[in-house]
Amino acid sequence: MTGIIPTDALEPRGNEELPHEVAGTDVGTQFTADGSPAAGSAPDSGPTAPKKRRRSGLNVSPRFWVAIVLVAFVMLLAFVGPFVYPYGPNAAAGGLYDPPSAHHWLGTDNFGHDVLGVLIAGSRNSLFNGLLAGVIATTIGVFIGILAGYVGGWLEEALMGITNVVLAIPALIVLILISVSVQNSNISFMKGIVGLALVIGITSWPWTARAVRAQASSVATREHIDIAKLSGARLPSIMALDVFPYLASYIVMAFVLQVASAILAEASLSMLGLGPQGTNSLGIQLHWALAFQAMGSGAWWAFFPPTIILTLVSFALLLLQSSLDEVFNPRLRRGKKKAVKAAAARRAAAARRLASQPVPERATS
Amino acid sequence: MGLGRYIGKKALWYGGALLAAIVLNFILPRLVPGNPVDTIVSSLARGGSVTADQQQKIYASFVSQFGLDKPLWQQFLIYLNNIVHGNLGVSFSAYPVSVNHLVGQAVPWTLAIQLPSIIIGWIIGNALGAIAAFKGGRWDSGAFTSSLLLSAMPYYCLSIILLYFLALKAGLFPVGGAYSYGLSPGFNMQFITDALHYYWLPFLSLVLVIIGGQAVGMRSMAIYELGSDYVNFSRGLGIGQGKIVGYIFHNAMLPQITGLALSIGTMVGGALITELVFNYPGMGTLLFNAISSNDYPVIQSITLIITVAVLFANFAVEVVYGIVDPRIRAAKTGEK
Repeated sequence: MTGIIPTDALEPRGNEELPHEVAGTDVGTQFTADGSPAAGSAPDSGPTAPKKRRRSGLNVSPRFWVAIVLVAFVMLLAFVGPFVYPYGPNAAAGGLYDPPSAHHWLGTDNFGHDVLGVLIAGSRNSLFNGLLAGVIATTIGVFIGILAGYVGGWLEEALMGITNVVLAIPALIVLILISVSVQNSNISFMKGIVGLALVIGITSWPWTARAVRAQASSVATREHIDIAKLSGARLPSIMALDVFPYLASYIVMAFVLQVASAILAEASLSMLGLGPQGTNSLGIQLHWALAFQAMGSGAWWAFFPPTIILTLVSFALLLLQSSLDEVFNPRLRRGKKKAVKAAAARRAAAARRLASQPVPERATS
Repeated sequence: MGLGRYIGKKALWYGGALLAAIVLNFILPRLVPGNPVDTIVSSLARGGSVTADQQQKIYASFVSQFGLDKPLWQQFLIYLNNIVHGNLGVSFSAYPVSVNHLVGQAVPWTLAIQLPSIIIGWIIGNALGAIAAFKGGRWDSGAFTSSLLLSAMPYYCLSIILLYFLALKAGLFPVGGAYSYGLSPGFNMQFITDALHYYWLPFLSLVLVIIGGQAVGMRSMAIYELGSDYVNFSRGLGIGQGKIVGYIFHNAMLPQITGLALSIGTMVGGALITELVFNYPGMGTLLFNAISSNDYPVIQSITLIITVAVLFANFAVEVVYGIVDPRIRAAKTGEK
């Protein structure tokens, strides 16, 4: 029972609600089996089907590596860039929209700042904002989701009621309203990148909470929870040690999506003119490029770099999420024709086996 | 649960959400120290275009209009009363033009660009996703990766790229705006052909992103259905491939139809930034200008309109689902 088998099978699959019985059956069969499905289980239920078991390690698709390389590239630009590239974001480096040259690789922007320098600082801030907001949103969402899903009852009703109300109001609207207020206030902390990350974090947790609730309430019906209760574990300990690990892979995916959406939310706000003040970010860079007619003057170097980095980041993160989804959720894996043939062969084999054996005395487990 | 009770419960929830949204809309700008009118009127005075006398008058009219001299709860009631009567107030920056007028000018442009692109993008995207799921193999990974790239791209990034290559480099389309300078909007041939010329680029950039998103969604829905039990069971029964594909398509479509309904609801606020990039005179540009001039009444009205549209679309979808699919009514607390 080591390696990939448990993670594969215990994973709540599907993005939405999971019927309790399905999850239950999987656990039941998986613990009895060491690779081949136990008697009584559906012969071709995806994750338990024996295939390519000899392969060790994570079963990741090439997409995963593409995503990793892209993320690594942006990280490198953002965090190693400042030590390699000589120009900072705030130093006057030239005139208005100087074209790229040997000194200034991506030319200068409307303030005469070096575009690559601004891009490096902006990427760093955007990534930082995304990670911080992602951590905040995921933490709140997971906490509320597990609490609601595991405890159930009136607490679940109340928490999900709040979640659904918050979810129904478009997040961007709340962000705009809060940012308008923050910008005109005199709390300088909130006007910075950390304040913005905070605001994005506390407005974008609801969908994580709702999804985690669905998964947690299916975990709550499993037997190991009863064992934990019988052995006297308290609520926080059950939530953290007995429920959380079963959702971990799901939470990782939710976190990746939260980071991506936080980066895009920051960019949207900044382009509307509501971004953090006195600092750089990809959205702010675009905002100034649009405001100072970089398009009209043909200064592609002023607006293309942030556009491309934004696209790369959000593409890479979504790709990462979808390839993780394929790892955790084998039903989505494709290899279409081969898989269909293999499935047909499995079905045939299972049918032969069933025909030769009496049906096991096992009611719906 | 009966249908009536189901709808009643939903109405209660969405009513609650609406109230929460209105309270947020009302309270957030007022949390700022000092009242917005002070800031606005003093900035008007700094511009030097307004005399002290006019300034006094503007100030007095704002204060009486918003009831700023009254306690907060009374202000809220005034605000509610205004909303219920469809009165969105008067713009700060374009005083004395009413917000209703400004919004009324912007909304048609937004609808004209959004509605066709959502519907056409939805149809093409779903067809593409379904084909990718059924064909599989190389076709699938190619279509999937490019759809993912399109859908992962923020709307405005694609807009910027298209704007640069198609408008600036190739000169196929005008760079921004919605109609030529000197024309005034109206229903005549000259204006419509001119506006269409400006229309293509923003339309294209929206439709491509929508196609991407829909294709990704449809593909994974169809793949999920392809591996489900009823498909295996049908195969076991020897039902023909064509019929099975029909079942799969039917089931995979349901969530996509919900998606269509919801995206029509988010239409008004769906592409604020794209409009900004193209300098298209819709809600996005209106909001941008309002933000840069601290025009609270306009900002608040736009956020309110978008919220109401979204809530209404959600509510409508849930009611229709409740009527169409009894299982949803029967579901326990579930998704609520």
